[in-house]
Amino acid sequence: MSLLDTTREVMRRDQVWPFLQDHSQEVDISHQVLLYVEGLNLSFDGFKALNDLNLYINDGELRCLIGANGAGKTTLMDVITGKTKCDSGTVYFGQSLNLLEKDEAEIAQLGIGRKFQKPTVFEAHTVMDNLELSLKSNKSVMPTLLATLNSAEYDQIDHVLETIGLKGERMMLAGSLSHGQKQWLEIGMLLMANPRLLLVDEPVAGMTVQEGERTAELLTSLAGERTVVVVEHDMEFVRSIARTVTVLHQGSVLAEGTMDEIQNNQDVIEVYLGEAP
Amino acid sequence: MSSLLSSFMSFSRINGDSRVAPFVVVLLVVTALASFCNLLMPADSVFYVSTYTITLLGKYLCYAMLALAVDVIWGYCGILSLGHGAFFALGGYAMGMYLMRQIGDRGVYGNPELPDFMVFLNWSELPWFWHGMDQFWVAMLMVLLVPGLLAYVFGWLAFRSRVTGVYLSIMTQALTYALLLSFFRNEMGFGGNNGLTDFKDILGFDLQSDNTRVTLFIVTALMLCGLLVLSKKIMQTRFGKVIVAIRDGESRARFIGYRTENYKVWLFVYSAMIAGIAGALYVPQVGIINPGEFSPINSIEIVIWVAVGGRGTLVGAIIGAILVNYAKTKFTAIMPDGWLFALGAMFVLVTLYLPKGLMGLVAQLKDQQLKGEQHKSQKAADNSPNEKTEEGHA
Repeated sequence: MSLLDTTREVMRRDQVWPFLQDHSQEVDISHQVLLYVEGLNLSFDGFKALNDLNLYINDGELRCLIGANGAGKTTLMDVITGKTKCDSGTVYFGQSLNLLEKDEAEIAQLGIGRKFQKPTVFEAHTVMDNLELSLKSNKSVMPTLLATLNSAEYDQIDHVLETIGLKGERMMLAGSLSHGQKQWLEIGMLLMANPRLLLVDEPVAGMTVQEGERTAELLTSLAGERTVVVVEHDMEFVRSIARTVTVLHQGSVLAEGTMDEIQNNQDVIEVYLGEAP
Repeated sequence: MSSLLSSFMSFSRINGDSRVAPFVVVLLVVTALASFCNLLMPADSVFYVSTYTITLLGKYLCYAMLALAVDVIWGYCGILSLGHGAFFALGGYAMGMYLMRQIGDRGVYGNPELPDFMVFLNWSELPWFWHGMDQFWVAMLMVLLVPGLLAYVFGWLAFRSRVTGVYLSIMTQALTYALLLSFFRNEMGFGGNNGLTDFKDILGFDLQSDNTRVTLFIVTALMLCGLLVLSKKIMQTRFGKVIVAIRDGESRARFIGYRTENYKVWLFVYSAMIAGIAGALYVPQVGIINPGEFSPINSIEIVIWVAVGGRGTLVGAIIGAILVNYAKTKFTAIMPDGWLFALGAMFVLVTLYLPKGLMGLVAQLKDQQLKGEQHKSQKAADNSPNEKTEEGHA
């Protein structure tokens, strides 16, 4: 009998080819690490954008990535979110999910949200519609055609509107928001999808000081429940939010530690301030 | 029954700031009036509408439907298709094949099985793809399926490879041009150069009679209204919102988890099917379908109709198509050679001065009027206490 069962198990038709198996697995964070980036290499026409880059992001952490222009910060985000294919290396989400074999939409549905450098919201839609589109839901064609908002989803939208402080602008067109409001709306859109990992590219670029402070508050309040990775140039901002800072230089990690450690790190000082006399 | 009725009522209700509902009413009233004046008025009455006019109106409505198809894909999703004439012509050919089979033994050669051009080419039997086309329902299925399938295959290949913008437009031009060349060939089995013509009747009704012509006109108008309401409805669902989102920020849409290529493919298929239906309604009213319908310039003209009317408004596309074609009818009667120049000039002017088309102009005027009124009333409120002093200064 058990032989028969074994034979059946081996001969299961839906298990013969890997593409027939259900790949939608839970994110496994039994080792407290959410994102593994190992040995990542990528070159554009001989220019090494990423050079044997290793990076580990813990679950619930708020991590800042800093580095000069061309250090590979945005390229790294492109690779993680599936926009760019890397030459070699591995990117794992949790213990078991290989991100390199998935496309943008799949990665987004796994719970990785990304905010672009330039705020990109759907300008022809209202704030409300922008958030509705970002809801975590079945995003294939037919279900979307028939989808309607239920009351739980309304509540979720209200909640996010409150978090990003756009309650009064609910019915405004996203295109008529101010620059800072667009940035917050974009963060709100990421929150709607209930992501595990938020990749935030230069959130305070072009913001006033007050807006920047509010953004810092928002991002710090998100960490813990979610994991947040912030790329930023503004050192004041990094100091105000960061617990751990990673410095990238020429496509690889130069230093990692708290802000104070980083500022006293000899390598970082050399790269940033030139050779000490 | 009543729940069915109420669900239908809620479906046909158009919410928000749209001109669809009033437009549908106007279109239906005009259709009813024109049909009534053609069938019931005596020929010498002032109110008599000639059958020629009815057919002309029917033709305009077919073009309007084609413009609707282009607006769905261009205005809402930003995909500039310069090949929609191909889907229109394919729908037309499917209808033409049915009408050819209806001729039966009344053709010049009296062959009950083969259409005239096949007898002329010494063909002994019907090609495989002509089988079944003597059934109306098969032909109607083909009207939807052939353009739909072509759009699916083309769209799947193009959108999956992320071809966008001007490259996609050029590819659609190439598509319609390739079809033009192949339909010109006699071996294709679609009548070559001459196309399909000399139709006698449809579903047993004489195509030349006034009643049939009026019926075709009414069917076209109803179909146009139905497709307009359906398209508007689709654009109001979350699917429609995703489509607009893809237009304004495709990578953003991708990064929040939408497979944008699937959305684009299905919208393209929907649009191609509308174009196919338009073609199928066009052919019995005009009485001929030939490869000329595939010519690239036709497809470009459709885009101009939509641009003139206003992109992304649906109603605007329909109005644009009707107006430009009316102008074409009038203009080509006066100066046949000048039409293309006029069309080109129109396109340049619209692009420069009316980027949102006629619908945009209407909205702008309304806005100004509203603002003017507000301004005036505000001014009046501000000024009323000071009026005397101002006069005193003067």
